[in-house]
Amino acid sequence: MRRVMGHEKRTWRAVSLGAIAGVAGIMALGAAVAPSLAAEGETELKHVDWSFSGPFGMYNNAQLQRGYQVYKTVCANCHSMDLVSFRNLGEPGGPEFSEAAVKALAESVQVTDGPNDKGEMFKRPGRPSDRFPTPFPNEEAARAASGGAYPPDLSVMAKAREGGADYLYSLLTGYEEPPAGVEMSPGMFYNTAFPGHQIAMPPPLSDGVVPYTDDTEQTVENYAKDVSAFLMWAAEPKLEQRHTLGHRVILFLFVFAIIMFLAKKAVWKRVNKDHPPSTA
Amino acid sequence: MADLGHPSTYRPTTKLGEWFDARLPVARMMHNQFVDYPTPRNLNYWWTFGGILVVCLAIQIVTGIVLAMHYVASPDEAFNSVEFIMRDVNWGWFLRYTHAVGASMFFVAVYIHTFRGLYYGSYKAPREILWMLGVLILLLMIATAFMGYSLPWGQMSFWAVTVITNLFSSIDMVVPGLGTSLVQWIWGGYAVGGPTLTRLFALHYLLPFVIAGVVMLHIWALHMPGNNNPSGIEVKTKGDTVPFHPYYTIKDGFALVVFLLIFFALVFYAPNYLGHPDNYIPADPLQTPPHIVPEWYFLPFYAILRAIPNKLMGVIALFGAIAILFFVPWLDRSKVRSTSYRPIYRWFFWLFVLDCLMLGYLGSQTPEGIHLILSQLGTIYYFGFFLVIMPLVGIFETPRPRPGSITESVLGRTAPPDRTANPAARPEVVK
Repeated sequence: MRRVMGHEKRTWRAVSLGAIAGVAGIMALGAAVAPSLAAEGETELKHVDWSFSGPFGMYNNAQLQRGYQVYKTVCANCHSMDLVSFRNLGEPGGPEFSEAAVKALAESVQVTDGPNDKGEMFKRPGRPSDRFPTPFPNEEAARAASGGAYPPDLSVMAKAREGGADYLYSLLTGYEEPPAGVEMSPGMFYNTAFPGHQIAMPPPLSDGVVPYTDDTEQTVENYAKDVSAFLMWAAEPKLEQRHTLGHRVILFLFVFAIIMFLAKKAVWKRVNKDHPPSTA
Repeated sequence: MADLGHPSTYRPTTKLGEWFDARLPVARMMHNQFVDYPTPRNLNYWWTFGGILVVCLAIQIVTGIVLAMHYVASPDEAFNSVEFIMRDVNWGWFLRYTHAVGASMFFVAVYIHTFRGLYYGSYKAPREILWMLGVLILLLMIATAFMGYSLPWGQMSFWAVTVITNLFSSIDMVVPGLGTSLVQWIWGGYAVGGPTLTRLFALHYLLPFVIAGVVMLHIWALHMPGNNNPSGIEVKTKGDTVPFHPYYTIKDGFALVVFLLIFFALVFYAPNYLGHPDNYIPADPLQTPPHIVPEWYFLPFYAILRAIPNKLMGVIALFGAIAILFFVPWLDRSKVRSTSYRPIYRWFFWLFVLDCLMLGYLGSQTPEGIHLILSQLGTIYYFGFFLVIMPLVGIFETPRPRPGSITESVLGRTAPPDRTANPAARPEVVK
């Protein structure tokens, strides 16, 4: 029996090598076919060099302030942003408006509060602790005013789409005339970044609609960039704290790892002396 | 269980220590099991994942308990309560990202740990119970992770719960009506909703403690026969072993710090990298996402489920993919533990690893065309590996010569004993 094994062994190896080659071939074929399948209905994503991308990324306060201005002037007419309060605008790692500016921004809106001691609802100027106002009282009202489509809440939008801020920027700058042969549904707009290319939101930005107070050029491109950065902050307000703490933790663990490695080597150096290996 | 496996060398040094030792010898047990516990001297770094997994479980439990203090398990409030944690709870973002990334890292470690056991034959006698407890832990982890993923009540949460709980309705194909009744019983209603979420939360809080209990049994079952090792040869003499402390506390410690380095690089720099953007969209029962995919660690199983056109058979294959692991100690007919000495089986083993990776990729794709065919081939190999290859290769293969003992495998036949500081760094000196 043993003697037969030698031959058998070689046959087995040939069989198993063949099997591996087969599976590798099939996988390579799969990899080659996959992209061509994905190419249909492909959306274009423009990549922006964001100040907050990468492990050392931080928000650009001035950009977030401009982005807020775009949001407030344009987006907030239809989109809510339920999870963000005025006070957040003044917090570290965000647009960092001054305390007075935050108060002024909050007071510029009228908030429904109550009921008071007579049981009546009343209007009062906003406070920094108030959430951003919602443009419509309910979803039905929003749909009625927006041709049936519901403008989604923007609080975590930058994390809720593949591509994040790149996607938002691509969407806002992705409006085009539909290519020849594309049948558009009534009330829809052609957009290169939107899945299916038909979006109900009309092109929201045009050059000069938001009066910037600094000398940033007032173009659709800059508006789109700034508001995308602002939405990223709204979705991820602790990014700066996260990165800053991350550097310390990673540095600590890195040094700790080196120390542990050296300690491990030192301990194991003695192993054969202190615990002699023996076959007896 | 004070001195399982080996005689105790614990000597209390104080009067209080003696008093305690005569009444509840916890210190003696800890000393025996985690200080001078005799451990094979040739364990390599693949053996560090057991300790890493204990830390993973601890991290999940600690962060999870604090998160539960702020989380609200209700369909109307769950999503926003998670965002409240992210925005307004002190260190909330850190807790949540650590918990979410921690789940992924837990699975990275448990899969490495499982493949380690599979490669070195750690399931063979006398370690069958140890292995089966491990499979039970894996099963509990899968259930716990699935329930945890539902809690943020985003689109993927909601639809993953819908898809997976609906699997039980396939029982209708055997006993009409039973599956539907079972699914409604699980849901607590006629659709996934509030009652479903609250029970998922309750069980998600319970199961980690069940896991902790089974982990204790797992360690107990490990410390009875002692560790397997890369040579697969049982410990024969005292010289084959070194005390657990300091040799493996320091080695496990080093590996743990490196593991945490990767863990926290993800937490701080790419916390959403392993997640799905759709789960930042609040759950909407009226809108099905175009692609429902589970978390990455379930993708191979998901591919197996979808590879089979018959729903009931798919569900059976899904559960069978885990259940089959319980039988591995008896499916493998080889007398040799370590795959290092199995020239034929090792090809099939690495092919199996590739197969699992391929199934993982396919689980993330739509099951059409070539992807479906590959999933089916992958599924056949997955089960064929356990049901055909394991028993047959074990019978027909001629293993390579093994060293006579662990010591021999460490020293090698030619190398002088002092040339290396760390025998474990070169576990396969004998070729």
